[in-house]
Amino acid sequence: MNAYVGTSTSRVDGRAKVTGAAKYAGEFAADGLLHGFVVEATIARGRIARLDTSEALRVKGVVDVLTHAHRPPLADKDEAWKDEVAPEKGSPFRPLYDERIKFNGQPIALVVAEDWETAKFAATRVHVEYEQEGFATDLESERDKAEKVDQPHKPRGDAAGALTRAPVRHEADYVLPTEHHNPMELFATTAVWDGSGGLTVYDKTQGVQNVQKFLCSVFGKKPDEIRVISPYVGGAFGSGLRPQHQVVLATLAALALKRSVRVVLTRQQMYSLGYRPMTIERVALGAKPDGTLDAIAHEAIAVTSRYEDFSRNDTGWAEQLYKSPNSNFSHKLVDLDVSTPCDMRAPGAATGVCALECAMDELAVALKLDPVDLRLRCYSDRDQSEDLPYTSKQLRECYARGAEAFGWSRRNPAPRSMRDGKELVGWGMATGVWEALQMPVAVRIVLTANGHAEISCAASDIGTGTYTIVAQVAADALGLPIDNISVRLADSTLPQAPVEGGSWMAASSAHAVLRAAEEIREELARLAKAMPASPLADLDAANITLTDGMIASSDGRGAAVSIADVMRHSKLERIEREKLNQFAEDKSHARNTHSAVFAEVKIDEELGIIRVTRIVNAVAAGRILNTKTGRSQIMGGVVWGIGMALHEETVMDHRFGRIMNANIAEYHIPVNADVHDIDLIFVDEPDDRINRLGIKGLGEIGIVGVPAAIANAVYHATGKRIRRFPITLDKLLE
Amino acid sequence: MNNFQYSRASDVADAIRLLAADPGAKLIAGGTNLIDLMKENVERPSRLIDISRLPLRDIEETADGGLRVGALVPNSDLAYHPLIEQRYPLLASAILAGASAQLRNMASVGGNLMQRTRCAYFYDTATPCNKRSPGTGCSAIDGLNRNHAILGTSTSCIATNPSDMSVALAALGALVHIAGPSGQRTIALTDFHRLPEDKPHLDTNLGSGEIITAIELPPHGFARNYSYLKIRDRLSYAFALVSVAAALELEGNAIVEARLALGGVAHKPWRSLEAEAALRGQAATPDHFGRAADLLLQGATARSHNGFKIELARRAVVRALMQAASATPQSQAHKKIA
Ligand SMILES: Cc1cc2nc3c(=O)[nH]c(=O)nc-3n(C[C@H](O)[C@H](O)[C@H](O)COP(=O)(O)OP(=O)(O)OC[C@H]3O[C@@H](n4cnc5c(N)ncnc54)[C@H](O)[C@@H]3O)c2cc1C
Ligand code: SF4
Repeated sequence: MNAYVGTSTSRVDGRAKVTGAAKYAGEFAADGLLHGFVVEATIARGRIARLDTSEALRVKGVVDVLTHAHRPPLADKDEAWKDEVAPEKGSPFRPLYDERIKFNGQPIALVVAEDWETAKFAATRVHVEYEQEGFATDLESERDKAEKVDQPHKPRGDAAGALTRAPVRHEADYVLPTEHHNPMELFATTAVWDGSGGLTVYDKTQGVQNVQKFLCSVFGKKPDEIRVISPYVGGAFGSGLRPQHQVVLATLAALALKRSVRVVLTRQQMYSLGYRPMTIERVALGAKPDGTLDAIAHEAIAVTSRYEDFSRNDTGWAEQLYKSPNSNFSHKLVDLDVSTPCDMRAPGAATGVCALECAMDELAVALKLDPVDLRLRCYSDRDQSEDLPYTSKQLRECYARGAEAFGWSRRNPAPRSMRDGKELVGWGMATGVWEALQMPVAVRIVLTANGHAEISCAASDIGTGTYTIVAQVAADALGLPIDNISVRLADSTLPQAPVEGGSWMAASSAHAVLRAAEEIREELARLAKAMPASPLADLDAANITLTDGMIASSDGRGAAVSIADVMRHSKLERIEREKLNQFAEDKSHARNTHSAVFAEVKIDEELGIIRVTRIVNAVAAGRILNTKTGRSQIMGGVVWGIGMALHEETVMDHRFGRIMNANIAEYHIPVNADVHDIDLIFVDEPDDRINRLGIKGLGEIGIVGVPAAIANAVYHATGKRIRRFPITLDKLLE
Repeated sequence: MNNFQYSRASDVADAIRLLAADPGAKLIAGGTNLIDLMKENVERPSRLIDISRLPLRDIEETADGGLRVGALVPNSDLAYHPLIEQRYPLLASAILAGASAQLRNMASVGGNLMQRTRCAYFYDTATPCNKRSPGTGCSAIDGLNRNHAILGTSTSCIATNPSDMSVALAALGALVHIAGPSGQRTIALTDFHRLPEDKPHLDTNLGSGEIITAIELPPHGFARNYSYLKIRDRLSYAFALVSVAAALELEGNAIVEARLALGGVAHKPWRSLEAEAALRGQAATPDHFGRAADLLLQGATARSHNGFKIELARRAVVRALMQAASATPQSQAHKKIA
């Protein structure tokens, strides 16, 4: 039955969120709760020579000041600090571990007081002297120190040779700045002391079990001594994938003081967590005059910290999109005196595809080809790196439907040729691509005799709508109205789930629900058949289905008994099933989502003002579980893409190695006035190979391609190619 | 944030007494700027003197046909007051170009005049800044200065004044009424803010024990031909890179009277009587507007990242004057620069 899957079901947690009933990590109360405030380093590299906490300790209401010299024990092996998401190479950051300063903004002390204001005030009374050391934070000036990391994709053919021979070439650097996630909810942890060594930790995180295991290993605790809960997350976008330092600090303080402790970071302090690393993308394309490619070379040079190698796939995306006999990809890192970057919505693709798609636009200009036409001429039906077909790939349809909705055929290809009054009009497009991943997830279903079901799973809902899709899938699978379904998520004691990220949670949790629901159905069928005079007695269990609260014959002959009757009869109050769903490994096909983004800009050239007046984003992402939450996902991605193109940039003064716009007044994201029409199209993409429901996930695809489409539109409007993002008005006036 | 004492002033005289009694005290009105700066440890008042309940919330007509606006009138109330909308739409427009609706509801006239620079180094106590800590040096001169001043700078500070409202008030020729230990005085808005010179820690010429009680708008409001044009990095809710308050009095196409002030380019709203004089008696044409812009921008100097502001300001002046001349002022509600 399909009453809910595929519909525009409203969020089941919507009411709790808008009425304030939904509680976030920093909102849980506890008896005798203490408040911690973080003191941060103000130098980029060196050591703490002296740290004097005596004045802070004298402030009335201060309970303690924890520092590297005054704290309970912390694990001393790197392995203990490596969470599920930690980079393979490196030594994870350990807050308050020793006197070394590795980045500006590093936490160096935690002032713990009876209330937050006192802790914050006393933090200004912690006196620090440093021994400073030389440092470097500027990617561009350190570019020649870049070192190659793992090859994301094997080279094919001889790209360098093919490039020199190519009749038409384009090669350029595209520079993407550092960006910060700025989720609305501040990073916060409330660690509740149970009186006998155990802790319940309410944390802002994308993965409660990841945090739970991490805390146990860092603090040497047994699994049942720490429980991590995170029922609601006010946005995270990747910043909550790894345990952040506030959870370590709150836990440390609770264990040290044997009391409950809350640590909330300020907006400013959140700029010393992870970020999208600044990246210089060098793309070289070689083509024949007919618009087919001979060579693709893509090199990315990105920031990482000195203590961990963080890298994502920026360069390999062309393998998914454009046929080329020769290709070469390399990813390089520059170690700087900064904190380690982390995942941020469509990590690697948001930046790498931006560069690739700007380069494709420049190639189209060089070839005098329409940008869509060029992409169709190089269209690849196979993932070239592994030479695999796709489980499904409706990208052609995305181009067609997107172009149609946008009116692309009316585009005059000449730059500066279209106007609307005083404004220049530019039309640009780009392709988007992301992965369709799926992970093992376990789900427990408890069906009670009153026809209600509770679904539980440790997965987080980071605002994406996991509560809702889990309820939808369960309602359909159990044949119950959605109001009879309750969903519990994000508690480390619930059935296993990985961190919520990579767009894998929708498919993964949905199929886990199906697995567990299938077991429930089998049990109900068995019980129903066993009832005296059962109308289902002579039916095969496989031909029995759950629908409308009934256990019914699936042949539609109308034979049915109610769940309530069966359970009453069997003297059962509840049926409980827990199942781990593992997807069978299948290396025979590539799995991706795709999109075609069309953008219109209107530019007041005299004043350099760019308005993104229209975006059409045509997305092929398998089956859409919920068109409402799905649209919201893509919409958010598009708005963020506008920000990437025009606004977002973390600005650092490299003389101090300090971020100078660490607040959302000066770190610009689009406001309402910057957002105009956004038209979203979900292209039909049946996919019965990828998984049973044909789901691919929508978390990241919405942003990919958007910045490039806008940059290409800016070029079309003005004839100016701006390869350094964001495209601010001064760059247009130059 | 520091600990501080809190007193509520019972009347203006009480506020002045409280100020005199504690040299570390600060007045607080809407708190939208002061509290932020306290949270950053930039301002560390020993005492807050809450003036928000003083009876300085009236908007009254003056004998000569102008308006007197109490120092505690919220920015929103001022912008939407019928007399302001009818007679001083330039002021209404400038206020609505600033901050957000929520902030404008809290912000007061006096606080708006007194708001401090948004220079990032001023806000970051870990970096040198002459305005925050006199004598430590100016980090912006050789640092990140994209948002900084191009006019009236000194070797000790290149900060800008962030207020939009003040730019319109400067163009309109408003007066500031002040009360202090030695009585009342009135100064022109254009003399209220100062240039940094060698004392960048002083933003204004307000004496240490003084309080703003009101501003006064002269009778002539330029209600027909005006525009407030604000250029920024996004279309709303950002400080000006450059803003222009332009007001004209026209007879046919001839300029009888002109007012021009720039925001975002100096330590104070930037006006040039010379530029305005050059417009008087001329036809309202882009050429004449351009010449006035050149005069207004005389002496502009670029630092490493803010050179674009000079040409941008010139173009914005011409555009704003065109909007004013054609009686099509920039709307602050449209998602578009006209
Ligand atoms: C995110 C953000 C964006 C903003 N964007 C803009 C913008 O685009 N354009 C713009 O113009 N402004 C902007 N503002 C600033 C805003 O306009 C000011 O914060 C506001 O006007 C200050 O008024 P207030 O009453 O809250 O002042 P307060 O914060 O109460 O006081 C500010 C200062 O004024 C002093 N003071 C207050 N009243 C008096 C008085 N009567 N006499 C003497 N001294 C007094 C106080 O002692 C204090 O030093 C923005 C602010 C924020 C936080
Ligand atoms: S410009 Fe002025 S406010 Fe900014 S750092 Fe220099 S002295 Fe300080």
